[in-house]
Amino acid sequence: MKKFKLFFCILLSLTIFNTLKSAEQIDPIKVDWSFKGLLGKFDRASLQRGYQVYNEVCASCHSMQYLSYRNLGEPGGPEFSEEEVKAIAAGFEVTDGPDAQGEMFTRSGRPSDKFVSPYPNVNAAAAANGGAYPPDMSVLVKARKGGANYIYSVLVGYEDPPPGVTLDEGVYYNKYMTGNKIKMPNNLSDGLVEYADGTEATVDQMAKDVTTFLSWAAEPELESRHKTGLKVMLYLILLSILVFLSMKKIWSRVNSEE
Amino acid sequence: MDKSEKKTTTRRDFLFTTSYTVGAVGLGAVIWPLIDQMNPDKAQKALATTEVDISQIEPGKSITVLWRGKPVFLKRRTQEEILEARSVSLTDLPHPEKDEERVKSGKDEWLVMLGVCTHLGCVPLSNKGDYKGWFCPCHGSHYDLSGRIRKGPAPKNMEIPKYEFVDANTIKIG
Amino acid sequence: MSEKEYVPKSKAGKWFNDRLPLLSLASHLTDYPTPKNLNYWWTFGGILTFCLLTQIITGIVLAMHYVAHADLAFASVEHIMRDVNYGWLIRYIHSNGASMFFLAVYIHIFRSLFYGSYKSPREIIWIIGLMIYLLMMAAAFMGYVLPWGQMSFWGATVITNLFSAIPLVGDSITTWLWGAYSVDNPTLTRFFSLHYLIPFLILGLVVLHIWALHIPGNNNPVGIDIKKPSKDTVPFHPYITIKDAFALLLFSIIFAGFVFFAPNVLGHSDNYIQANPMVTPAHIVPEWYLLPFYAILRSVPDKLGGVILMFGAIFILFVLPWLDTSKVRSSVYRPIYRQFFWILIVDVLVLGYVGAMPAEGIYLVLARVGTVYYFLHFIVILPVVGYFEKTEPVPLSISEPVLSGSADYSMAKKDNEKI
Repeated sequence: MKKFKLFFCILLSLTIFNTLKSAEQIDPIKVDWSFKGLLGKFDRASLQRGYQVYNEVCASCHSMQYLSYRNLGEPGGPEFSEEEVKAIAAGFEVTDGPDAQGEMFTRSGRPSDKFVSPYPNVNAAAAANGGAYPPDMSVLVKARKGGANYIYSVLVGYEDPPPGVTLDEGVYYNKYMTGNKIKMPNNLSDGLVEYADGTEATVDQMAKDVTTFLSWAAEPELESRHKTGLKVMLYLILLSILVFLSMKKIWSRVNSEE
Repeated sequence: MDKSEKKTTTRRDFLFTTSYTVGAVGLGAVIWPLIDQMNPDKAQKALATTEVDISQIEPGKSITVLWRGKPVFLKRRTQEEILEARSVSLTDLPHPEKDEERVKSGKDEWLVMLGVCTHLGCVPLSNKGDYKGWFCPCHGSHYDLSGRIRKGPAPKNMEIPKYEFVDANTIKIG
Repeated sequence: MSEKEYVPKSKAGKWFNDRLPLLSLASHLTDYPTPKNLNYWWTFGGILTFCLLTQIITGIVLAMHYVAHADLAFASVEHIMRDVNYGWLIRYIHSNGASMFFLAVYIHIFRSLFYGSYKSPREIIWIIGLMIYLLMMAAAFMGYVLPWGQMSFWGATVITNLFSAIPLVGDSITTWLWGAYSVDNPTLTRFFSLHYLIPFLILGLVVLHIWALHIPGNNNPVGIDIKKPSKDTVPFHPYITIKDAFALLLFSIIFAGFVFFAPNVLGHSDNYIQANPMVTPAHIVPEWYLLPFYAILRSVPDKLGGVILMFGAIFILFVLPWLDTSKVRSSVYRPIYRQFFWILIVDVLVLGYVGAMPAEGIYLVLARVGTVYYFLHFIVILPVVGYFEKTEPVPLSISEPVLSGSADYSMAKKDNEKI
């Protein structure tokens, strides 16, 4: 009876909530990401391609200041080999110093360096992009409500504005963007990058790859989290059963005896 | 107490023992992350190697650079200093090591070592002490021109870090 | 229920115990006579202790890596998530642990409401419990500020601005809380200091809470006093400990589910954007566990009125033992009040829901109705129902319920002495 009432209350509340829910924004496209689900893992090849898209397309405006080049070789990520990581890092010029003379100097990057940002600070980034700061992409996927689906949807959601919608200079129409107006132009076009593994670089493919890469960047612990989580769950269930049986035994002293 | 009752008791004991054991294993597994979090993190472990420009160092002079939060002494020794370091008999040393083992062959003038006293971690002063090398002001350990302990409480010679000559003018430590 | 004097068997034990009676305390805690008919709603006290200890331990660990500075806090949290060994695990346990803590405390509070555990002679236990709850809210709020994301910053701004509603000195108090002219670095550092302090205050209050509990002993689902300890009670250990352990494990499975498979669903995505004093997020919402109070705050069109009502919603609970006029504790025997109890639960859930929605249209109406009902329940319904309600017959003792059909309270005959 009591349990029924509790259940009823929750049901009633949920019904009220659901009828009240209004649909003002179109939901992002649902993609069947390999990293979703309880045991989800990243697709290594997609992560590596995604890094390429980030590096060749996004990185000219968007920083990823919380990532280091060494992360690219760590387990659970794109898992580039040690040499590849060194080569990637060496391709960037890093400002270091001050040296013994007190001067800042540039040197080639090392795996331990953080990703080099395209602009020296937020103000410079905003100024170079019509006043809109291209957000840092380190945790972007976690910082947007729809997560990976939303990022992907925005990347493929550019279209001509519907009649009656006028756009200012440097503003673009996007189906999925909150408010539909976005200051980032549609940067993806078929064949824009040349994938090393021969995958055809369609807009959809690049959007998926770079979203996968950004998802990993936001949650580099995802794979070990899933793996550890599974073990923890199995352990807790096992111990629960043992403790439940122990409890039955102990309480049988009180309950069963006549 | 009849037989069947005895049987229940052992089964019960087995159940309790298993529960306790499994519980204890879990507790142990929980404690490890709490301990490991205090070990050097991934950023620390990946810490950069340090490259040092040695072109400005005159013979007989030394410089100190920071590597992994510790000072590293780079001393360019004169021929006399090298000879003096190599003339010492190994039997006179508390921690016997040949000078040749402490430098890269062919680059005998360069002594590169961690500037940390092996006693309790202070930084010794250079060109001080009874052996013309280093002297630790904390507890009076004397080191010679090869950074070897000669007198005082320190148990070992000063440590040689991993390093290599990138080119004639650059040393990479780490 | 008088306890026999405990005398340690060993000589050394006796020597120590005469000087500091820790062994007597341990003996009291293990033998503590507990009503044998406690159901699973009574396991949340133990679960809450677990939550508090989990938060303290993981919090101490996080403080080893966190940097309380407006420029570095956000980055230091990312450092914990990315570089510190098991940092992601410890942080997710801590952030989800706060939610789990509140989930458990709400069940604990509503259990008390249903079974009348706040009534005489347990008023002090109830009041200490409410003080713990208030401190929990303070700790949770300040903790949420520490990552210095957008929600941290704007949550802090909104909540500290509540104090500006106080007439005459409001603005000065708000500035004093900030240590600046807006939420800024001084605010962050003092919140960090207090966030570290409060859990230990809670720990102290928990000791008092349990101490006060051990004077009259536990209430129970039947709500009557223990008549014959030998028949009605079991020793705390092993009977209650094993039951608490089992319930705790089930709770941990839910907890672990959040930590490992949905660590961010209870949080807000905007908090992964670094705090920006120039831009307010579109929807500012507190964490779920504060939503009903937030709804009450927003239901009032007057600034001071809203603040008073919000705090009133909590402080009314302090006088609850004296608002309830019924002599019967357990709602099991109170057919009318029982209905209102469930309505109150729905009311609080609705308030929580509208607290997360924009304060306009139907939501505002619902919030107002919900708020009025909330106060109506405590100020009018509770005293009046208790006065007029015809309660059902209450059993004579825990071990011999007069009513058949309540299978929960099975008749157990064995004495705990024999065990």
